[in-house]
Amino acid sequence: MAGDVWVVVETLRGEVSEITYTMLAAGRQLADGLGAKLTALVLGNETEALAGTLGVADQAICIDHAELAEFNPEVHLRVLGAVLEEQKPRLVLLGHTAIGTDLACGVAQRLSWPLAVGCRSFTEDSDEPQYSALTCGGKLIATGPLPGPSCVVTVMPGGYKPEDGMADKAPPIEALAVPGGFEAARTRFKAYIEPPAGDVDISKEPILVSVGRGVQTQDNIALAEELAKVLGGVVCGSRPVVDQGWLPTTRLVGKSGKQVKPKLYLALGISGAPEHAEGMRDAELIVAVNQDETAPIYGFAQYGATVNVLELMPALTEVLRKN
Amino acid sequence: MDIAVLVKFVPDLVEELEIDEDTGMLDRAFLRLMPNELDEHALEQALLLKERHGGTVTVFTLDTGDVDETLFTAIAKGADRVFKIVGEGFDEGASNHRQAAVFQEALQGTSWDLILAGTQAVDDLDGFVGALLAQRLELPYIGYLTKVVLQDGGALVQKEYPGGLNADIEVACPAVLGIQAAEQPPRYVVTSKVMEAMKSATIEEIEAPEVEIAGEIPLAGMSLPEAGAQAEMIEGDVADVAESLVKLLRERGVVA
Repeated sequence: MAGDVWVVVETLRGEVSEITYTMLAAGRQLADGLGAKLTALVLGNETEALAGTLGVADQAICIDHAELAEFNPEVHLRVLGAVLEEQKPRLVLLGHTAIGTDLACGVAQRLSWPLAVGCRSFTEDSDEPQYSALTCGGKLIATGPLPGPSCVVTVMPGGYKPEDGMADKAPPIEALAVPGGFEAARTRFKAYIEPPAGDVDISKEPILVSVGRGVQTQDNIALAEELAKVLGGVVCGSRPVVDQGWLPTTRLVGKSGKQVKPKLYLALGISGAPEHAEGMRDAELIVAVNQDETAPIYGFAQYGATVNVLELMPALTEVLRKN
Repeated sequence: MDIAVLVKFVPDLVEELEIDEDTGMLDRAFLRLMPNELDEHALEQALLLKERHGGTVTVFTLDTGDVDETLFTAIAKGADRVFKIVGEGFDEGASNHRQAAVFQEALQGTSWDLILAGTQAVDDLDGFVGALLAQRLELPYIGYLTKVVLQDGGALVQKEYPGGLNADIEVACPAVLGIQAAEQPPRYVVTSKVMEAMKSATIEEIEAPEVEIAGEIPLAGMSLPEAGAQAEMIEGDVADVAESLVKLLRERGVVA
């Protein structure tokens, strides 16, 4: 309804994604602060089964259609746009994800509602709720109001605990008919492509030597490999290294890669952008080496050193070998 | 197939970012700007498609400062035409809503079947340029793509999800695609080729039209992250750090 806080539930292959619970935790706080209801909106196929853990919300609105079974940016956007235009919630929360941002940008532009992406937390210490978003690779925090009557935000992990948005019960469910037809849709989901099998599973490795842009060239990956070998671990990396083709995608840590919680995460030449932090900030011990002393990674590593990683890798390998 | 590529300039994050005490915003006085990395992937993907199927690649960017070298480099890499959109206040930074609106007008003068842009940029706050533009043009948009294959009347794209999962999605042209990574790393061109482009090619300048924008998010201020849980820094030269680290790892029982 108008004035309420809505969370657009994110699902992938028929399962509720963790970001949904982060959003519900944020949404609960916002709704309570505004004295509004919290609504979970579920677009999908056989959506009732998905609502079983959404009980932190006051209600779930379920829109069911076979065409909504898998994410189709065009079709989902049309349905979401039509529902939001009619219901006019005060705030709409979507995940800062491959699914959520496709929808958030489209729907905000369509309805001319203000949009803030990459929000990590919200406050209500004035008349209007305020957003706090990470920008410039996590080096800056942008803050501002979320003006009425309606705003769209995307939420990234870090500000709220998913456990606080999770319940073992379903909220009251209202089924809503699909607002429009899909006849003219020009976008069609075809199939999933499974991740390549056969490589090590970095999410199960206790020791990870992780390399970022600071490794500079493909040849230097060998230095990390040698270090990992004497440490008894494996090499993984951040997005730029994988995009350069220096490591396979199976070794990618972060938002679009794997979530890892090793005993040791040795981050070498990694800045610690939010997308990367998402995948590794829960590691037991994070040691970061980066010559940029303002690198965001030092905000969540336990130990750090600002020496050159290309010099440190062989030096560290050497010391470990000697002992 | 004709492809338009949008390039946005963003702060170089290798440089230290500072807050202007008077405005409470990012201090742009000494800010070094660079082309958004994912836009370079979008250009690479467009060039790969041109090589395979023919057609043209046209690059658009807002004149936010030193953009000429990037545009000549695009020519040297294989782009057919490059456009610099000049307008007031662009060097002060333009919101993504404004960039999308300006690109929409600028695109009217050329032929294109697909628009490619980096799916996001490091300084995004009010959405992503490609996704906003798509909605303004009322075209389908798909973001986070790692592959684009042209097929009859459209494209088969690969969208990236967490954990290495991808999805194949079909879209009919015209459409806007947000590129996360090209099929191969952006190509390198030697300086001599860029110099050659500077001599032989022209950057086409267009005046930014008046645009109507709704839905820009108000920005009250910017700040540096609090130095709360800061890492304990290990001092010394490389040899000292290596010794200290091994000692630490031993204490923690990570190595024997």
